[in-house]
Amino acid sequence: MTGNKTNGGFSRRDMLATGAAAIGVSAIGFPAVLRAQPAAVKVGLIHPVTGFIAFSGNQCRQGALMAIEDINNAGGIKSLGGAKLEGLLGDSQGKPDIGASEADRLVEAGVNGIVAGYASSITLATSQEAAKSNTPHVVDVGVSDKIVNRGLKNTFRFGPGYGKIAKFAVDNLDTINKAAGSPAKTAMIIHEESLFGTGTAKLLSKELPTKGIEVIDVIKHPNPMRDFTNIVLQIKAKKPDLIIPANYYNEYVLLARTIRQQKVEAKGIYSVLGGAASNYKFVKEFPEAAEQIMDCNHWFDPTSQLALERKKAAEAKGLYYTYEVFLAYNAVSFLADAIERAGSVDKDAVIAAMASSTWDKHGMPYGPTKMMNGQNDGAQPVNTQVLKGVIQVIFPKKFASADPVFPRTV
Amino acid sequence: MPDWGIIIPSVLNGLTTGALYALVALGLTLIYGVLHIINFAHGALLMVGLYAVYYLNAQFGLDPYVSLLIVPPVMFALGYALQRGIIGKAAHGRDENILLVTLGLAIVIENLSLYFFRSDTRIVDTPYSFKTVEFLGAFLPLPKVVAFFGALATAGLLWLLMTRTDLGRAIRALAKERKGASLVGIDIEHVFAMSFGLGIACLGVAACLLLPSYYVNPQVGHGFILIAFTIVVLGGMGSFIGALLGGLIIGVVEALGGLFLGESLGQIGIFVIFILVLIFRPTGLLGQKA
Repeated sequence: MTGNKTNGGFSRRDMLATGAAAIGVSAIGFPAVLRAQPAAVKVGLIHPVTGFIAFSGNQCRQGALMAIEDINNAGGIKSLGGAKLEGLLGDSQGKPDIGASEADRLVEAGVNGIVAGYASSITLATSQEAAKSNTPHVVDVGVSDKIVNRGLKNTFRFGPGYGKIAKFAVDNLDTINKAAGSPAKTAMIIHEESLFGTGTAKLLSKELPTKGIEVIDVIKHPNPMRDFTNIVLQIKAKKPDLIIPANYYNEYVLLARTIRQQKVEAKGIYSVLGGAASNYKFVKEFPEAAEQIMDCNHWFDPTSQLALERKKAAEAKGLYYTYEVFLAYNAVSFLADAIERAGSVDKDAVIAAMASSTWDKHGMPYGPTKMMNGQNDGAQPVNTQVLKGVIQVIFPKKFASADPVFPRTV
Repeated sequence: MPDWGIIIPSVLNGLTTGALYALVALGLTLIYGVLHIINFAHGALLMVGLYAVYYLNAQFGLDPYVSLLIVPPVMFALGYALQRGIIGKAAHGRDENILLVTLGLAIVIENLSLYFFRSDTRIVDTPYSFKTVEFLGAFLPLPKVVAFFGALATAGLLWLLMTRTDLGRAIRALAKERKGASLVGIDIEHVFAMSFGLGIACLGVAACLLLPSYYVNPQVGHGFILIAFTIVVLGGMGSFIGALLGGLIIGVVEALGGLFLGESLGQIGIFVIFILVLIFRPTGLLGQKA
């Protein structure tokens, strides 16, 4: 008599079948589970979160993290099976060499793309370091045109560079000045000494005389600057019609306060990329010093519902919705869109997707993205002015929420 | 070339700015100049004082000058506790250990404030923030004029403390001969901690007088620390009047240097003077009287 040998009511065949099934599950089933949770897409975020420009660096980081959170909440990268974005953080401490070493560290950690680095000088270093490994690099704020003019295939800037900003600033200033009967004939430029301030001042010094505005002095200052009285005394002695600051937040605040303190009477303060002039925090804390200051700076489209929703979300988190926040948000979103369309984290594929991007869900006054040698061709600044304690867009007309007040009446 | 009409306003401004530097340096001259504790946490502790003044204003509406009654005593207690509880214990009497401990403290304090306060730059708005005093054709910001006289008063008080009180005599004895001071019954640990506390209390005074014309963020101390060390050496180690004089000189040199050489290059003047003093008068301007 033959029969299956049993062992405690459980036949050997049953055991073999169960074992085979277990092996089968472990070989097929678990990977199936793993396939349902695709590997995260790692995004390196390098910002100066400590050091003299830490306020701006932290604003950038918060903007970038907000974008990652929103993308993940919306289902992640769908073409990669819903892969989540994971932000790997780096701190450049406001120094280009540390920015470069942070880029190197993050590349070693396997990031699929980098968003960096707020200041132009730092961004030059991070993008160059990322280029060595062909890692996609999106510039969030850095405005120096050198960043995208070096022929680095991996580097893209979604926002405008200072060449375009300076031209835009000068053209709009000319329009505002002429509309008021050309009261401004002289200007003084006060700029910080790094690549951003120096480059901007150089371009303005060249362009302003073509519009009939003589640049009577250009004063450079270090960061941090403890006291602006000396500079303001020089402004007072030379009596320019226009004061044109180009500096970071802390220095801008001290300069604006000192201008008011020393009772300087200029026809206008017209900032170009002024660190505080288009900043809700500055306007809230010093409404009197900020009143009627004009700025040519990065700004969202105030007619865009998307931009207004993001502003509301940022403010709900206790953030001031400064240009650092929305530019970094868009830089991450632009990179994520490219990965989505590439359907892969292959570096060449992502770079090709960024180069051919037509992404338009940015809430900026840019139109659909169109990259020309790494620069978004449609990116442009806007002119703002603080009027009765509110930051209003005054140019371009298409996005304007108020008319400019010039010369100053305060 | 600058307009000659602004030389006097610039010098006056340099004097008031220099007084602010002197205020920061007064505490350091006690800690570094008298006791030879190289306190790298001086800038970070100034930042703590500035945050204290800021929050007293933001939360309770206390004017920064009223905070003079609260912040310096609290800073004194903090300094005493730091010296007694951390620096003295970890240093084991070795200067290189003190240097590393205070450097570590600076890093910890700055990162904690970055965590708790974030990197926002904060400013207090007072009714007198934009007020000026007209003097010799110059508009001097009222808060800086107050700071100028505050620095004079603080230096005077410290001088009196050092020359007319038992504590001052004990501190000077300790600075000259530690073992001898111990033999005559001076409680070395206590006097060390008192001195450190007094130095940090000076930072409390500086914070109250500085904030109405300046700002606070976690990195704010960096802009003052190097200047403060320079002033202490320039004025003469341990000399309060020297620190005051050194601060004023540095303020004026910085102002005129900025005017004639440009703000970026103007800082060079400070360090040129520093090197010249070290070469020709290594004890500092009033060092022998320390």
